[in-house]
Amino acid sequence: MMKGLKKWRLFSLLAVLTVFLAGCGQQELSTLLPAGQVGKDQFKLLMLSSGIMLFVIIVVVAIYVVALLRFRRSKLGDDFIPEQTEGSQKLELIWTIIPIILIIILAVPTVYYTYKLGDVKAMEEVDDDGNAKHLVVDVTAKLYWWEFEYPDLGIVTAQELVVPTKEKVFFNLKAADVKHSFWIPAIGGKLDTNVENLNKFYLTFDQESKGLKDGVFYGKCAELCGPSHSLMDFKVKTLPRDEFNTWVKNMQATKDKPVVANAAGEEVFKTSCIGCHATSGAGEGGSQGPNLAAFGDRNRVAGFLKHDEKELKEWIKNPQKLKPGNTMPSFENQLSDQELDDLADYLLGLSVEQ
Amino acid sequence: MSSVAQKRSFGAAFWDWMTTVDHKKIGILYLIGGGFFFVLGGIEAMIIRLQLLKPNNDLVSAGLFNDLITMHGTTMIFLAAMPILFGFMNYIMPLQIGARDVAFPFINSLGFWMFFFGGLFLNISWLVGQVPDAGWTSYASLSLASTGHGIDFYAIGLQIAGGGTLMAGINFLVTIINMRAPGMTYMRMPLFTWTTFVASAMILFAFPPLTVGLFFLTFDRMFNGNFFDHTMGGNTIIWEHIFWIFGHPEVYILILPAFGIFSEIFTIFSRKRLFGYPAMVFATVLIGFLGFMVWAHHMFTVGLGPTANAIFAVATMAIAVPTGVKIFNWLLTIWGGSITVTTPMLYALGFIPSFVMGGVTGVMQGAAPLDYQLHDSYFIVAHFHYVIVGGVVLAILGGLHLYWPKMFGTMLNETLGKITFIFFFVGFHCTFLIQHWLGFWGMPRRVWTYMDGQGWNTANMISSIGALLMAIGVIVLVINIIMTVAKNQRVGNDPWHDGRTLEWAIPSPPPFYNFTTTPLVRGLDSVWIEKSEGNMTGLTPAEPVSDIHMPNGSIIPFLMTFGMFVAGFGAMYHQETSWGLPVLIFGLAWTFVAMSARSLQDDLGFHVTKEEIQRDIDNARKGGQF
Repeated sequence: MMKGLKKWRLFSLLAVLTVFLAGCGQQELSTLLPAGQVGKDQFKLLMLSSGIMLFVIIVVVAIYVVALLRFRRSKLGDDFIPEQTEGSQKLELIWTIIPIILIIILAVPTVYYTYKLGDVKAMEEVDDDGNAKHLVVDVTAKLYWWEFEYPDLGIVTAQELVVPTKEKVFFNLKAADVKHSFWIPAIGGKLDTNVENLNKFYLTFDQESKGLKDGVFYGKCAELCGPSHSLMDFKVKTLPRDEFNTWVKNMQATKDKPVVANAAGEEVFKTSCIGCHATSGAGEGGSQGPNLAAFGDRNRVAGFLKHDEKELKEWIKNPQKLKPGNTMPSFENQLSDQELDDLADYLLGLSVEQ
Repeated sequence: MSSVAQKRSFGAAFWDWMTTVDHKKIGILYLIGGGFFFVLGGIEAMIIRLQLLKPNNDLVSAGLFNDLITMHGTTMIFLAAMPILFGFMNYIMPLQIGARDVAFPFINSLGFWMFFFGGLFLNISWLVGQVPDAGWTSYASLSLASTGHGIDFYAIGLQIAGGGTLMAGINFLVTIINMRAPGMTYMRMPLFTWTTFVASAMILFAFPPLTVGLFFLTFDRMFNGNFFDHTMGGNTIIWEHIFWIFGHPEVYILILPAFGIFSEIFTIFSRKRLFGYPAMVFATVLIGFLGFMVWAHHMFTVGLGPTANAIFAVATMAIAVPTGVKIFNWLLTIWGGSITVTTPMLYALGFIPSFVMGGVTGVMQGAAPLDYQLHDSYFIVAHFHYVIVGGVVLAILGGLHLYWPKMFGTMLNETLGKITFIFFFVGFHCTFLIQHWLGFWGMPRRVWTYMDGQGWNTANMISSIGALLMAIGVIVLVINIIMTVAKNQRVGNDPWHDGRTLEWAIPSPPPFYNFTTTPLVRGLDSVWIEKSEGNMTGLTPAEPVSDIHMPNGSIIPFLMTFGMFVAGFGAMYHQETSWGLPVLIFGLAWTFVAMSARSLQDDLGFHVTKEEIQRDIDNARKGGQF
């Protein structure tokens, strides 16, 4: 029986190795393929701690296997009474001191990175003209969507965070209703959005998202926040600084030059949707529903549905069925099919990138 | 009561179990109650894994899924793992220290009934259709926002069950301090007794914060309190602190007794004294102590600031040192021993690699910046299942096989036991190993479903298949138990032949007064010492045979707890119904009357006479048992 068990162990070890080598996940959301300095720092810690821990596992398993092979009663005979050893100070000292050393090796970089990643002093820095030196994004998590406000730029968007690459981006995080947690796995670790205070941290985005499978990084809500917690996804678009600047300008311009792809759709929007949703990307956050100024540029409807007309109409008709517990009412019986078509057409035309 | 077995009617037997204050019967009640909830929590787990079998699955709704994860966690921790461990503590610990019962038999019974009614209260939520849905941690902003009575069931049910736990903890502490047999010094106590002792001390300090937190939550939800409502000046982070000040020690309350059980198994089936016993004791105490210093590592991502995170990170890593000492001492216990691989030993041997893996991922998460990535991902799900299933549940299953003959006088079938182990062990690694990678690949925990195209499909499928294997293992165990009970082949005092501690020198199951005469303890592993010196009874009496004073059974603990149970419903419904408040008052008054009855009653117990004991000894000799 034990032989079978040993074989199984060997097999499982191989399986683990295969998984380890093949298993780095997908680039847009894997912590094992970090695309930002914060994620890279955390990955370094992961490698260091994994190495130390693998060493510990190997030592333990080695002693364990040898003991199991050598000291079986079937070998030693039924009458064998082993020596009743009380202990060994020397040995016990060794396996107290070596773990302490291993822990120190891990603790030093841990403390270093804790302070490094927690340093948000630069957030307040301003240049000679009094403008903020760094990009700051105010993130507000709501049931079950994300609002991204750029206070220094006077723009606001939702569900799809747009940021420049290769520079520190600072975040102010808070939740509007219940606690959520802001996580972009491929870029860096998460930070909770609490209901009573602002949490601050920074991330850097080293890689442009254009080359990715969907052209975006995936963001997740990591704190249980109700029935649709698992659907509270957002996306992150990373652009080179100059393209980002263009995007900002376009967003600011939506105030005066609204994009109208379908005039009838706009009418429907004005009667049914405008109470909660804005189509101007200029202004402040705090609205009832996600800002739709750049809706046509997005990658997903409601953060998780395919971005096409069919899914969009399904969503408008019955958001409660698709994302239970969110705050958008159903429009199934309020809009005719024609109105729905127009509205979808209009919404998908809301773009700042074309 | 009489020591002579009599044929009794079902009613009388039922009444006996309802009123019992015998630590052994209460231990069995804990095992039955805990076992029932273990199966219930297991079924919930199976539904969870079935739902996550494939992407975009809609086997259960989003709301129901949250009910399931919340009840799975709460049930497994509070209503399965802890009560089953309490069952072992109750049954075995007094035997190991040569006592006739725990210090407060009445309170012992009260503790059990509080656990039972608390668990019942919590699970009635399924029948009402309003189930706790904010996770087993019930973080305040979500638990206050949750509609219906789900969270109320959680708050009141856990309050009742938690009260029972606190009582049991105090009871064990007093028992171990006061009721050790002559010669049983602290440093001669078996390690299971030591871990019971330290776990009980932790209960004493960890459960009051939970009580306070649950009262706050109860007041916030049912009596217009504002402890956690930030719009009214409350603070939700306070709940997180309170919960984890309880919650972190809680995991050590679970794992320490498991360590104790494994220490017994390793020594018995290696025929060897525990290597480095004083270091093991010291490590246990140190773990118990450090266990209170690290709660904020559950809150690294809350935004406590780098200084708090750094301090708690280093403190967390420090716990690895005493735990490592324990692992190596176990390895050196089997090293140079005479190892026989019985079912309990199989569980203990399976425990070492499993728990080491759970332990090292714990240290990885202790590195705060790395935890920013791992926190609330599937990595943490893998980690805590590795320590709780790989540690606590393997100990429970191993302990069940080890102590079954002592408790019931029959042996569980070894072959079926090994089949259970293989299914369970393989299933366990299959379920949870891959979840580490799901976490790395960005899958958050507590997700009801997941979209296709994120690279998580195969891994989730593997994980669900593993869960099925674990379920098969548990089913084989149940079959084993039924067959064993049906066959009813009796065994002697020491069915494993190498018992080292006092419980293996008395009949299986022991008479209700445990020891005919209180034993004299001359060292660690008392029975082993006696036997190796030629005293094959394994016991040296510390006193001549004399009358034994035993407590009377009582129905009052049951009645007292029933009052609280009723009051809970009153509190829950008092805002929307007219009958709520009267029921609340009635329930509390009922409990108070029951308490008064207990206080005013003069119950001096009864004596087992010398003649009865002598007759038992003679009968045992005739039957071939010493």
